Amino acid sequence: MTEVMMSRRLFLSSATLAGGGLLLGFGATAKEAQAASANMTQYVAISSTGKVTIRAKNPEIGQGIKTSLPMIVAEEMDIDWTQVEVVTAPVNEKLYGGQIAGGSTSIPTNYEPMRRAGAAVRLMLLQAAAVKLSAPVEALQVISGVVHHKASGKQAHYGELAQAASKLTVPDPASVTLKDPKDFKIIGTAQGGVDSAKVLKGEPIFGIDTAIPGMKHAIFRKPPVFGAKFLSGNLDAIRALPGVTQVFVLKGTGNIQGLQDGVAIVADKWWQAKTAGDQLEVQWDEAIGKGHDTETYRTQADTLLKGTGDSLQSKGTAADVLANAATVVSARYEVPFIPHLALEPQNCTARASAEHIEIWAPTQAPGWGIRLLAKELNVPEDKITVHMTRVGGGFGRRLENDYMIEAAAISQKAGVPIKLLWTREDDLAYDFFRPGNLHDLKAAIDDQGRLAAYTAHGVTYGRDGKPSAGANISPHAFTSGVVEHFELRQSVIETTIPTGYLRAPSSNALAFVHECFLDEIAHALKKDPLTYRLELVNAQLASGAPQSPEGRNPYDFRRIKEILETLRTRSGWADFKASDGIGLGVATYFSHRGYFAEVAKVKVAPDGTWRVLKVWAVGDVGSVIINPFGAYNQVEGSIIDGIGQLKQCITFENGRAVQTNLHEVPLMRMSDTPKIDTHFILSDNPPTGLGEPALPPVLPAVCNAIFAATGVRIRTLPIEESLLARPS
Amino acid sequence: MISLKINGKPYTLDLPEDMPVLWVLRDELGLTGTKFGCGIAQCGACTVHIDGVPVRSCVTPLSVAEGTEITTLEGVSETAAGQALLKVWAEDDVMQCGYCQSGQIMAATALLMENPAPTDADIDMAMDGNICRCATYTRIRAGIKRAAGLSPADTREA
Repeated sequence: MTEVMMSRRLFLSSATLAGGGLLLGFGATAKEAQAASANMTQYVAISSTGKVTIRAKNPEIGQGIKTSLPMIVAEEMDIDWTQVEVVTAPVNEKLYGGQIAGGSTSIPTNYEPMRRAGAAVRLMLLQAAAVKLSAPVEALQVISGVVHHKASGKQAHYGELAQAASKLTVPDPASVTLKDPKDFKIIGTAQGGVDSAKVLKGEPIFGIDTAIPGMKHAIFRKPPVFGAKFLSGNLDAIRALPGVTQVFVLKGTGNIQGLQDGVAIVADKWWQAKTAGDQLEVQWDEAIGKGHDTETYRTQADTLLKGTGDSLQSKGTAADVLANAATVVSARYEVPFIPHLALEPQNCTARASAEHIEIWAPTQAPGWGIRLLAKELNVPEDKITVHMTRVGGGFGRRLENDYMIEAAAISQKAGVPIKLLWTREDDLAYDFFRPGNLHDLKAAIDDQGRLAAYTAHGVTYGRDGKPSAGANISPHAFTSGVVEHFELRQSVIETTIPTGYLRAPSSNALAFVHECFLDEIAHALKKDPLTYRLELVNAQLASGAPQSPEGRNPYDFRRIKEILETLRTRSGWADFKASDGIGLGVATYFSHRGYFAEVAKVKVAPDGTWRVLKVWAVGDVGSVIINPFGAYNQVEGSIIDGIGQLKQCITFENGRAVQTNLHEVPLMRMSDTPKIDTHFILSDNPPTGLGEPALPPVLPAVCNAIFAATGVRIRTLPIEESLLARPS
Repeated sequence: MISLKINGKPYTLDLPEDMPVLWVLRDELGLTGTKFGCGIAQCGACTVHIDGVPVRSCVTPLSVAEGTEITTLEGVSETAAGQALLKVWAEDDVMQCGYCQSGQIMAATALLMENPAPTDADIDMAMDGNICRCATYTRIRAGIKRAAGLSPADTREA
C-alpha cells in the first residue's frame, strides 16, 4: 500500500427526516453532500425520539473500524455511546470518500473528518436549542444528548431539536470547534464491537451467509497453473450429476486481477456443486507456467545478485566507503512467498445481467470492486451496486476482488442470482501471495567502529521488469536514516504467480531482513543490540538532521528513541540473564505511520523446536487510542500473525502452488501463543491505524532472540528447526 | 431418512447420507452460525457437538449423526458452560473478525463441560484444533478461565 496521507475537506448538508428529525449528509464536495441528503443516504440521523443512527463507511474485517469511526462522531456530538445505533453505509465513494480497509489508513484519513462531522451536528442542535430555550449558544451545555441551560434550568433533548436543526444552514466543518481531548468521554474507552452480539448468535452477517431469493450456488474451477487456458473437459458428464443446473466455461480476460479461464458449476446446493467439481476433469494448456519454480527462481536470484541491479535510492558514496572500510559485515537474507488464508474462504453473491450488477461481498475494497466490474464486464459503474458484508478476515487478500468478477460473470451467464463459494483449496491455489525476496547486504565499519556505509541489493518479483503488487523493496527508514552513505539496488525476477498485499506489505519481509542484519552489525561491534540502536538514534538526533521530513516515509527518530527507551525498561532488558536456550531479541520498525519497538523472549529446545514465551511491544500511534479493546487486540493479533509468518512457505512447480490446504501451511494456534505486554506512548502526533504497524518488528525480534539463545543466525525463512538443534 | 435432534428440536431429513453435517446445518437448515473454513478438519471453524462431544462437522457425514443430538452455536446458550462463555465473550470483546468464534465457543464449551477448572495446558490441548486467524488467543484463553470462575492470568512459562 502506498502511504499517502489523504486529506480532504468534508462538506455537510442537512435534510429533514420523515417524522421530523435531522439528517446529515456528507461528501467530498458541497454538491455531493447535498445529493447525499437528498438521496436519503444519510451519514448521521437523529430521530425525533432522540435515537442516533451513524453509518459506518469502511469495511469491517475484524479491525474494529465499524465501531471506532462512529465512536469518533458520537464523541463530538456529546451523546452517550449507548444511544447510538451503527449501520453499514452503502458503497458510494463519491459520497463517503474512500471506503477501504487497507494500509491502516481508516483512522488517519477519517479521524478529523469524523470529529468535524460530529461537531457540526452538535452545533446545529445547539443553534436549534438556542431558539427553543431562548438562550445564547454560549450559555448552553450538552450532557448525554440533552442540551441544558443552567441559568433557566430549561433543557431539551436532541430528538426534540432535530427537526428544527435540520432547517438550519450547515456550518462549514472546517470552522467548527472541536473538543479538547481531555474532555473525551467515548474516545479512549473500551467498547465492544457493534456487531459482536450478532456474531455470537450466529446471525447471517458474513459474506458466506448471504442468501437472496432464487439464488443458486456455484463453484468456479480454475486451472492449477496460473494463467493456463481451458482446452476441454467432461462438462456433459458433470451436467448430469445431482442438483447441477448448469455447467459452462468462462474465458479469461487476461487481467490477472480479473477473470481467469475456468469452469463454472451451478447447482441447487453448494455441496452438490462442490461434489460435482470433484468429478470434473479438464485439460488445460499449462505452458505458461513452465519454468516458474521455486528452485528456478533461486538460481535466477543468484545470477541477478552477481549483477548490480537498478539503483532505487542512493546517498553519499557507499561503494567507495565499503571498498576502503576497516571491516565489512555482509550477509544474504531470503524470505519465501507466503499466503493470506483469511478464515472465511473467498465468496461473493451476485445478481447480474448484461445491464445491471448487484453484489454482496466480503471485500476490503468495494469501490475498487465496482471499478473492476465495470472494466471486466463492460457494465457502467452507475449500474453496479456493491453491498458490504462483515468480512471473515482480510489481511490484504480482499483488496483483490477477483471473486466479485467471477460471481457476476457466472450470474450473468447463468441468468440467475448465484452465491460463489471457493473451497479452501481454491483459496490457497488462487491467492495473491506475499512475494518472496532475497537481499545481499553489506555494512562498512570504519576504523572508529562506526557504521559508515550500508548497501542492499534486493531481488524481488514482478512483470515487465517492475515489481508486482506487494513486491516493492522500499528502504529501511531506520538504517537509511542513521548512516551517511547508503545505497539500495533492485533486481526483478519475471513471474506468472499472482502477488499482492499481505498485512504490512513489504515491511513484513523487510523488517526481518534489515533488523536482523542490524543485530549482526551490533554483534560484530560487540555491542548490546538495544543499546547500539539507541546509540545510532542519539547520534542521528545529535547530527541536527531534520525529523519527519516530507516524503513517502517520514521518519522521526525522537519517536523511535522514546519507544525504545520505554521498551528497555518494560522488558527488563538490562537485567535479563541468559540461560540455556532462552534469549531476548529486539527490533524496531516504522510502517503505516506507526512506530513499534518489540522485545521477544524465545526458548529453543535442544531438538531445535522453538517457542516465543513473551513479547513486549511499545508503540507510538499518536495522541489517542480510540478504542482500547480493538487496539490491544490488533497489536496482539499482529504479533502472533508475525510469528506465524516465520513458519510459513509456499513453493511453486511449473507455475502452480505446491501446498494445497491448511495441513501444509502452519498457522498459529493456541499453544504457540506467547504472553504479550503492550504499551502505547501517547505522543503529540495525530492518531494512526493499528492493523499493521505492530507486525513487522516481531519477526526480527524473534530471530534475534533465537541468535541470543543459540548463536545461530536465522537468515532464511521459514525457520529451519534442524539448524537450531544442539548436541545434548 | 435420517432422524436426529438439533438444538433440542427433532428433524427427519431426506438428504444424502454422505452429506457433511456442516452443509446440512448451513444450507439445508439455515443455521449459519457454524462456519466453513477448510473442509478437512484442520481449522475447527465448523465445530459442533454431537451428543456433547466436539466434532468437525465439515468431515462428519450426516449418517454418523443418525439418532444423535447436535448442538450448534445457536443452541449452546442452553448449556451452563456455553452461556457463561458467551457472556464473557461479549464482555471482554474477544473477537476480531469473529468468523472462527463459533467454533472456539463450541470447543471451549465442550472443554468446560468435561473439565470445569482447566489448566493452561488443558486449554492448549482442547483449543489447539481451532484456528483464529486474527489470533485472539490471549483473550480466548483468559475468557475460558473467566467463564470457569478462575483467575484469567496466564500461568505458562514466560
